[in-house]
Amino acid sequence: MYTEKVMDHFENPRNVGEIADASGVGTVGNAKCGDIMRIYLDVDDNQIIRDVKFKTFGCGAAVATSSMATELVKGKSVQEALLVSNKAVMEALDGLPPVKVHCSLLAEEAIHAALWDYAEKHDIKIEGLLKPKLDIHEEEEEENEY
Amino acid sequence: MDRFVYLDNAATTKTIPEVVDAMLPFFGERYGNPSSVYGFGSDNKVEVENQRALLAKSIGAKTNEIYFTAGGTESDNWALIETAEAYKDKGNHIITSKIEHHGILHTCAYLEKCGFEVTYVDVDENGIVLLDALKAAIRPTTILITIMFANNEIGTLQPIKEIGKIAHAHKVLFHTDAVQAYTKEPIHVDEMHIDMLSASGHKINGPKGIGFLYIRTGIKIRSFIHGGAQERKRRAGTENVPGIVGFGKAAEIRLAKMAETQKKERELQCYLIGQIEQKIPYARLNGDKEKRLANNVNISFRFIEGESLLIMLDMKGICASSGSACTSGSLDPSHVLLAIGLPHEIAHGSLRLTLSEETTKEELDYTVDTIKEIVQKLRKMSPLYEDFIRRNPQAS
Repeated sequence: MYTEKVMDHFENPRNVGEIADASGVGTVGNAKCGDIMRIYLDVDDNQIIRDVKFKTFGCGAAVATSSMATELVKGKSVQEALLVSNKAVMEALDGLPPVKVHCSLLAEEAIHAALWDYAEKHDIKIEGLLKPKLDIHEEEEEENEY
Repeated sequence: MDRFVYLDNAATTKTIPEVVDAMLPFFGERYGNPSSVYGFGSDNKVEVENQRALLAKSIGAKTNEIYFTAGGTESDNWALIETAEAYKDKGNHIITSKIEHHGILHTCAYLEKCGFEVTYVDVDENGIVLLDALKAAIRPTTILITIMFANNEIGTLQPIKEIGKIAHAHKVLFHTDAVQAYTKEPIHVDEMHIDMLSASGHKINGPKGIGFLYIRTGIKIRSFIHGGAQERKRRAGTENVPGIVGFGKAAEIRLAKMAETQKKERELQCYLIGQIEQKIPYARLNGDKEKRLANNVNISFRFIEGESLLIMLDMKGICASSGSACTSGSLDPSHVLLAIGLPHEIAHGSLRLTLSEETTKEELDYTVDTIKEIVQKLRKMSPLYEDFIRRNPQAS
């Protein structure tokens, strides 16, 4: 059901871990639907993402999209990182099964959440970045169900 | 990796060589239609009736009370839909449990759309139907109670005899989906007050695509498939002769060694549960410890998600299943695990291992070691585990 690339990123996920004193941390998803992603960013003074790590609770696609998303933003400026869309993540993985598309959206949101945290902490405005939905609260989930 | 460990015997079982051998002539030279007048056909009718008699006897039923179907799900559909239709003058209320197979639950949902009312009775934390709640749910309009014999996910055995008694004391029909229990637990339809029972061939080393529905004599139940005299006109269509022969053979073999198989599997089950509990922290057994199918182990591993675990097990040659949402195609984890009160994130991390009598301790050792490695790997990348360790530094 998964492409070779998805399986590769699931079996050998890139950038797993934490960053102590991260410039920005974002956690998205919820335990109810079974996916939680956390992304740590280490951003230098020129707003370049020097390092990125992730932790994910979720299915194969959730792990693979987190892994790929971290690869895609690594070395980019925060402004460029904002442009890494879920589509880009999916394409880089040679596609996802339809029921797993939400995983790639979650990966995009996780990046955005980490960027938001970075921007807030450093009092910076990233053009085009919206406040992420942190839907880890039970109340919201009821409405989000499809 | 050339290892192959099959621990998903609740999903389906190996079609054993004796069953294949028994079926082969009916795929080949003995292709006659059982309804034909000539011996080449009617000899197959005799074969079909022999199997019917054998299956009937296995549950204490009469031969003409067994109706062949394409499997457990069809039997469930038939039992519910046609009873509801046949008894709608008496009432429109059906009682079931929250942990039934989808063959029952989705059929109940369909009946609700048709105007019937369904009560889904709660179960306790081990998955046993609450008898007081069941009694309280009975109304003057209740026409049917349908409760599974043994649960497919957590293996819990229901107090079927007590449920049957309650149903009959209130003059309500009682159906049980016995797909997981048939030939694994003793069943007697009279002693247990069962009016209808669903069973399936492929769960007991028989072929896929064959099952039966037992319908007690005297019950009004409408024909499910129209178009011929087969199955007393209630389920028309040329008989699946190879399937019926294979089902009969599989049941015959299973029944002859029920106690022996149970003992063997029970020992393996205890061993597996013990090894997991001993070697892997934050693991919890789901379902009842004693009132449980001998071959079912269902364990939740906290902080990890089931589909990831299954894919990694598959890479190591181990076949298992999970109650995680990702494996069900929806966003919700198993309705059974939620019904026994597991929080969502723990339900997502469940693993079902179902043994066979061919399972070896060595295979289980390999499985436990593999699970241990995988769980460690997944926990290392789990934000839930990270948060847990942060809150409980002494745990790491």
